[in-house]
Amino acid sequence: MNSSLIIPTRRQLFLGFFSIGLSGFGGVLPLAHRMLVQQRRWLNEEEFTELLGLGQILPGPNIVNMSIAIGSRFHGVAGAWLAVAGLMLAPLIIVLSMVMLYDHYQSLPDVQGTLHGLASAAAGLLLAMVLRMGQKIELHWQTVSLAILTFVAVGVWRLPLLPVLLVLGPLSVWLARRRQRSGDESC
Amino acid sequence: MLILLSLLASFSLFSLMAVGGAVTLIPAMHSYVVDSHHWMSGQEFAALFAIAQAAPGPNVLVVSLIGWKVAGLAGALVATVGMCGPSSLLCYYVTRLWQRFHGSPWRRAIERGLAPLTIGLVAGSAMLMSEAANARWTGWLLCGVVAVIAWRSRINPLWLLAGGAVLGWLGWI
Repeated sequence: MNSSLIIPTRRQLFLGFFSIGLSGFGGVLPLAHRMLVQQRRWLNEEEFTELLGLGQILPGPNIVNMSIAIGSRFHGVAGAWLAVAGLMLAPLIIVLSMVMLYDHYQSLPDVQGTLHGLASAAAGLLLAMVLRMGQKIELHWQTVSLAILTFVAVGVWRLPLLPVLLVLGPLSVWLARRRQRSGDESC
Repeated sequence: MLILLSLLASFSLFSLMAVGGAVTLIPAMHSYVVDSHHWMSGQEFAALFAIAQAAPGPNVLVVSLIGWKVAGLAGALVATVGMCGPSSLLCYYVTRLWQRFHGSPWRRAIERGLAPLTIGLVAGSAMLMSEAANARWTGWLLCGVVAVIAWRSRINPLWLLAGGAVLGWLGWI
């Protein structure tokens, strides 16, 4: 199975992440999966899931973490740098050009109106993300109350993030471990 | 210079708190740049988020835009490096260790334990951005319709953003 996988050169690594960075709108992960597993075959399905899981539990931007993990796996420190640089370079230039244009023309009523509509739609996409994540949540009174508690703490009470994470993070992991031990998968 | 140092320090700390990606940080970033330092208004913050969503690339780019708004090009670079640096370093070392814990039940427990927190944080971000972005009821309506379409269909989100932009341009939002 591993023999069918391809080990990218440094150049391919950079160019691969370059194209991932450029082509993903509103989140890059689905694209990354298609390219890394199906098209270029740098990783198999299992390895991808494993790296994704790791990227999600570590702090920081998921796709950046994934680039670091994949880059370093093939070419060490240099590979990690190349993958992240490839991922970020073009989008950074594009987004900065866009914001410069916006700043220049933001006083025009047309631009203001357009941005209002764009901002409402962008907030809607974020809500959709919550709905999709909510569908996949493990249905147990503990997970549901922890999700609600986190939301209320950060979104409603506006408590600072760090103490919230330091209290709820370990608590939630400990509860998950207890559920595993007792083999209790549902409520 | 002081502003750049403040940006670097704050975003480095955010980097290590971003459990579940940059989107979970929106309330924290909002309170830092809007409420504490008054570097921009809530509406401007929402506009930056919208621009980041409309551009190709990872969501984390909203951080670069915030940095840019606060301190120009240097601010953008400093905020981006701060946001990606510490977490990337951590990721680099942990990836190597991770293989050893392949069979450990704690690994699964950490994944399962962090998932509900991530949802709660993203929900907090979504609420904050909706409040900042929607001034009129038409805005809320658009926001809700986009949410349902994006949730229920596999349409490219770019079309929804484009639709929102056109409605806004017509002056309806």
